[in-house]
Amino acid sequence: MIEAPARLQLEGISKRYPGVLANDRVSLRVAPGEIHGLIGENGAGKSTLMKIVYGAARPDSGEIRWNGERVQIASPAQARRLGIGMVFQHFSLFDTLTVSENVALALPGHTDRTRLAIDIRAMGDRYGLPVDPEQHVYSLSVGERQRVEIIRCLLQQPSLLIMDEPTSVLTPQAVEKLFATLHRLSEEGVAILYISHKLEEVRTLCSRATVMRGGRVTGDCDPRAETVASLSRMMIGAEPPRATGTTRTAGDELLVVEGLDMPPLEPTGKTLRTISLSVRQGEIVGIAGVSGNGQNELLALISGEDPRAPTNSIRIGATGIGALPVTARRKLGLAFVPEERLGRGAVPAMGLDLNTLLTNDSGLTRHGLISTAATTRLAQNIIERFAVKAAGTAAPAKSLSGGNLQKFTVGREIVKDPRVFVVSQPTWGVDVGAASQIRQGIVALRDAGTAVLVVSEELEELFEICDALYVIANGRLSERIPVREATVERIGELMGGTRNTGDTLAAA
Amino acid sequence: MLRLEARPIPSTLMGYAAPVIALLATVVFGSILFATLGKNPVAGLTVFFITPLETVRGLTEVGLKMVPLLLCALGLALCYRSNVWNIGAEGQLVVGGIVAGGVALLASPASIPGYFLLVLLAGMAGGMAWAAITAWLRDSFNANEILVSLMLSYVGGLLLLYLVNGPWKDPKGFNFPYSKTFDAVAMVPKLVPGTRLTWGIVIAFLALVVIWIFVARSKAGFRLQVAGHAPLAARFAGFSAREGIWMSLLICGALAGLAGALEVAGPLGQLTPQFSSGYGFAAIIVAWLGRLHPGGCVFAAFVMALIYIGGELSQSRLGLPAAITGVFQGMLLLSLLTADTFIHYRLRRV
Repeated sequence: MIEAPARLQLEGISKRYPGVLANDRVSLRVAPGEIHGLIGENGAGKSTLMKIVYGAARPDSGEIRWNGERVQIASPAQARRLGIGMVFQHFSLFDTLTVSENVALALPGHTDRTRLAIDIRAMGDRYGLPVDPEQHVYSLSVGERQRVEIIRCLLQQPSLLIMDEPTSVLTPQAVEKLFATLHRLSEEGVAILYISHKLEEVRTLCSRATVMRGGRVTGDCDPRAETVASLSRMMIGAEPPRATGTTRTAGDELLVVEGLDMPPLEPTGKTLRTISLSVRQGEIVGIAGVSGNGQNELLALISGEDPRAPTNSIRIGATGIGALPVTARRKLGLAFVPEERLGRGAVPAMGLDLNTLLTNDSGLTRHGLISTAATTRLAQNIIERFAVKAAGTAAPAKSLSGGNLQKFTVGREIVKDPRVFVVSQPTWGVDVGAASQIRQGIVALRDAGTAVLVVSEELEELFEICDALYVIANGRLSERIPVREATVERIGELMGGTRNTGDTLAAA
Repeated sequence: MLRLEARPIPSTLMGYAAPVIALLATVVFGSILFATLGKNPVAGLTVFFITPLETVRGLTEVGLKMVPLLLCALGLALCYRSNVWNIGAEGQLVVGGIVAGGVALLASPASIPGYFLLVLLAGMAGGMAWAAITAWLRDSFNANEILVSLMLSYVGGLLLLYLVNGPWKDPKGFNFPYSKTFDAVAMVPKLVPGTRLTWGIVIAFLALVVIWIFVARSKAGFRLQVAGHAPLAARFAGFSAREGIWMSLLICGALAGLAGALEVAGPLGQLTPQFSSGYGFAAIIVAWLGRLHPGGCVFAAFVMALIYIGGELSQSRLGLPAAITGVFQGMLLLSLLTADTFIHYRLRRV
């Protein structure tokens, strides 16, 4: 029997980087019109494989067949000529240019801007991706920016569209709309490679899935016929343990923000408007929201990196901390884990031992000199307690994988037994195993009586560990919502519910 | 067409090998230079790199040049590690020399023994004060420290010219723009009798040990480097960016000022218009050649001192122009920058 050639077929692709076999004889087949999931933990080799397909990296061995013909993809430009389009997780748009200007930059020879604006609108109508071509990118919500990226890809009429973790920045409503678009594309014969670590999504969207672990393919299945548990087994070799803790009655209010108004430090930042929240001893409070709605601005004011707040607008216990420097807040028992692990939470070129010094003011130095024994011991303690995989306590922070560095930066704060623990995106870009370890650590801290504030884009995560939720949208914080009264729909509406994010309006 | 393309992982090994490669390249280009000037390259290189090391006098002269180069380079390396782009060690050295000279001029045979220590402290204070101007302007007005520190170097040089041509000119000096010679009690004692080498070299190595410990082991040194490597991490940790600017500039100013004091109260014994032969600028090359590491700076200061002495010798022995020193310094810097570029980038034909 002669089978129709696959749109894309990879045979025995191997790629070695110094010290790691990123792809080990990977084979994969995507038929025209198929939505094919590619799932795996961080570091499983998904990104490397996609770089190879998109011409950004060359395989050491193996072959690539495009519509049945053997090809060598030497550059992204060549990949685009073949008909391969890719939407990256991190957008590559210029904030100060308009939508059509941004699109024009990616289309060589496409100089007629009026014509282009019409094309953009037409493309938007056809696939449910409404954007205004004349709008500046900085004024767009994250969901709208993603639409621009997708439209830019579609204007080149790809026959294979690669999407890298596209939903990590979207509200639940925007995710639904994205899926509708992808289904329409697939009906027209466009093959879609959908990279994700969210198993539920892959089960909803994809008709075929390839699972990767440690550079190899560990499963090839129809995800609709699988369960999250069985997919997860293929992905990490075991089912993820769930964070469990006993819910206790919460105590006194430990972290309070009251009526905080603040213009942003950066011109592109969000203005915070009358933010009020409170976190009591022994409870986890979450802040949900699409990133870029004021989370970073609020966190910098709480952590002290931005000490402009009126003293009493932020309090730990009864002490006003709004204008205190970072170190003084730490002395009062505040611990903070920022979203960016590398470069902010840790100095990339320095060892884990030295990185313990970032958030420990005493105990590690004597007469102003660093006690190597003490920093090594502390780093070792964190490594053991949180199962951080590192080549020793002196391993530079940048040598760790994202998940392991995150375990380290979270662990570094947890071992201090803080009174108030504030963490941003605790499991962002972290593999399933590490994520559940981190969540368990946070829950254990809560059970020990710490007041915990978690800012996250992952609703599932917030629902799993939080006792109460706030939603942040366009610099405003919602009412406090106890988790047992919250639903995904309601939180999602609050997330996208303001005019400026536009995601819900666009449904009309 | 050729294009520079970033390497995914710059080689650490090549990072350390680059200074050696740059030195070899300088030797090769130096040979070509000698040949085109009609000199035997082997003889030329011998005068540059071997002859100074053959005699006690030559060795002590090399040691003498190392003192200001090493002190300034230690301070500059600290600044660069802290992301503070001070290129004004020359001015800090000159003003340190001026203040030290002023204190030295007050000495008389009746002054307390060990008066030269006061002279050295005055030099450090002068250098710090000069560097403090840069720190203050950067801290208060966000003025670019590269421009400010560079321009202040010229101001310092002009201040020196004014003093030795005006109020501090030796009345018995036949109208030469020199100060009076200092009293013996204000002078740094000789280390090797019969040569010009003073205890300055010992002081420079003591400074090396202190700076090394500061960089490698102290919390304050750690804070500085975090601010340099990862400004966001410094802010997250609550380390003050202002502290980094002030501390690195003041330490560099103190070391450069000390270098100036050791120069005027050492081999010279008076203030002269050109008492610094551009040590503060040459030290920038020394700091980078030494990979901003205190230990590396010793090796680099030695090479640079050799180029200074070799340059002087090739004027007297080979009849080459005085510019030869600057040419060799330039070749070394250019080779180093090229080597560093190729560590981070590779050439691709497009």
